[in-house]
Amino acid sequence: MVLIFAETLRGQIKKSAFEAVTYGKKTADLLGVACKAVVLGTLASNAGELGKYGAEAVLQVADPALDVLDGQVYAAVLAEVAKREGATVVILSHTSTGKTVAGRLAVRLDAGLVSGVNALPELNGNSLRVRKSVFSGKAVGTYDISSPVKVLSLMGNAVKPELTGGDVPVDTVSITAPASRIRVKEVKTQEGIVPLPEAEVVVSAGRGMKEPGNWGIVEELADALGATTACSRPVADSGWRPHHEHVGQTGIAIRPNLYIAIGISGAIQHLAGVNSSKVIVVINKDPEAPFFKAADYGVEGDLFEVVPRLTAAIKRLKATQ
Amino acid sequence: MALCCTFAPQVATVRRAYLTFFGKTMKFLVCISQTPDTTAKVSFTADGTTYNAAGQTMIMNPYDEWYALVRACELAEADGGTVVALNVGPAANEQTIRKALAIGATEAVRVDAEAVNAEFVAHQIAAYAKTQAFDVILLGKETIDYNGAEVGALLAELLDLPYISNAAHLELSGNTATLSRDIEGGVEVLEVDTPFVLSAAKGLAEQRIPNMRGIMMARSKPLQVIPPVPVDAHVHTIQFVLPPAKTGVKMIKPDNIDELVRLLHEEAKVI
Repeated sequence: MVLIFAETLRGQIKKSAFEAVTYGKKTADLLGVACKAVVLGTLASNAGELGKYGAEAVLQVADPALDVLDGQVYAAVLAEVAKREGATVVILSHTSTGKTVAGRLAVRLDAGLVSGVNALPELNGNSLRVRKSVFSGKAVGTYDISSPVKVLSLMGNAVKPELTGGDVPVDTVSITAPASRIRVKEVKTQEGIVPLPEAEVVVSAGRGMKEPGNWGIVEELADALGATTACSRPVADSGWRPHHEHVGQTGIAIRPNLYIAIGISGAIQHLAGVNSSKVIVVINKDPEAPFFKAADYGVEGDLFEVVPRLTAAIKRLKATQ
Repeated sequence: MALCCTFAPQVATVRRAYLTFFGKTMKFLVCISQTPDTTAKVSFTADGTTYNAAGQTMIMNPYDEWYALVRACELAEADGGTVVALNVGPAANEQTIRKALAIGATEAVRVDAEAVNAEFVAHQIAAYAKTQAFDVILLGKETIDYNGAEVGALLAELLDLPYISNAAHLELSGNTATLSRDIEGGVEVLEVDTPFVLSAAKGLAEQRIPNMRGIMMARSKPLQVIPPVPVDAHVHTIQFVLPPAKTGVKMIKPDNIDELVRLLHEEAKVI
């Protein structure tokens, strides 16, 4: 069977979990086996909803010790669930949680691991053939996993969650989490902001903004679109914007549906972090900016005029929807 | 700055002697990868199975160098500890390893094998680490070539150690480390006792440019070459291909932004 680790954030099922279940259901259909999802910790929402995306059953290990992420503990619990269920494929999300857990789980299950897959798998004999983006989006790699048990993690926004059925009951599984060796002292969260790796729309700005006090027009555009804000490396390095907004090769790599780059020239290192975006819009006054070559839509003009105009036009569109 | 540079090594030497005497020095292992330069044009050999490094500048993976290695060196220099830089790779990688020594690693180890994939590399590091008693094992949060972010978690499980990924801050007090790590939608502050494995993200340290003294000293620091251990391969690379090129940008006049919004809505269907 195919087992999907459905991630939660503060008790809510994450979007990446719905994507993973959709991917897992299609993988299970390919293999002709069952598809189940597992959630860890206490829940504030209905995990049975995962049934709508293809999970035939949802298992919950409800130990509150699992409300805090410790990859070592998560891997031990997930490996136990996978063994009890006889899982041959385990699917995680390629998130910060997934990256902490996937490798450990692979070792525990003596499984081959490919992380960050972005296309549905194929069968090649007893191997599972998977694809992922490598070299920061500059190439696509194909891999075979030949071990009896296989572990995959799915890149965010690679698969659109698909409704296929209805809610299923949630079965509680009794597994005691081993003691954690990590002591969490404090969690600082930013409520209400979609984290960059999960964001479907990202509005990003660079040095063309001239000074940090000018960011109001960027934030207004992001608000109108329900987008998450990001920035280029020079902007983060000079302290104009926080480091966690830095996207690029040495920042966060993202693949939203829409990436709007404002006053960013498009250095190769920046492109490496964003070129997997489905649609790229570039606004720059310099017609020679290299970013235009990587863009789908471009506006050559003064960003201080274009951006407020774009915000107003989007608000008009949203008002008609 | 000049004063600091003149006296710091002497203070560190005295401290190191003191701490060594009482057996309290920390031992760091930093795992370094070699990757193509960030500006490299990516291409592959004719059969598509191997990266074509011919004529390419190879560098130390930035997350390994700027953050993991520099933070380990800072902490070791403060309490007289040692920093072992480890690379899995062929002899050609020794220029990258010497750079790690120039930045401040006290010794280096090269596992004499091609770094085939994450599982192979993790097993090599684990086999070496099991023969030593490291307090902290550091590596970058991912390499900028294969972007897997796999080795840290594989390694930690092979060694049965706690693993803190994406660490942006690390302080040590005795055997207790205080760290912060980036999690989705926030930052988590946590404590863990040594030994543990950490993957380094931006913020852990500032890039350090090796100075002439460091470069000279690096030449005489020990670099041990050890053979690889056999690993059962579970994952096999089939091929690499370049993604299809963009078909070309559609330019919109700055006074016709309604048209851009229409295209995004009706053609691209992203808003």
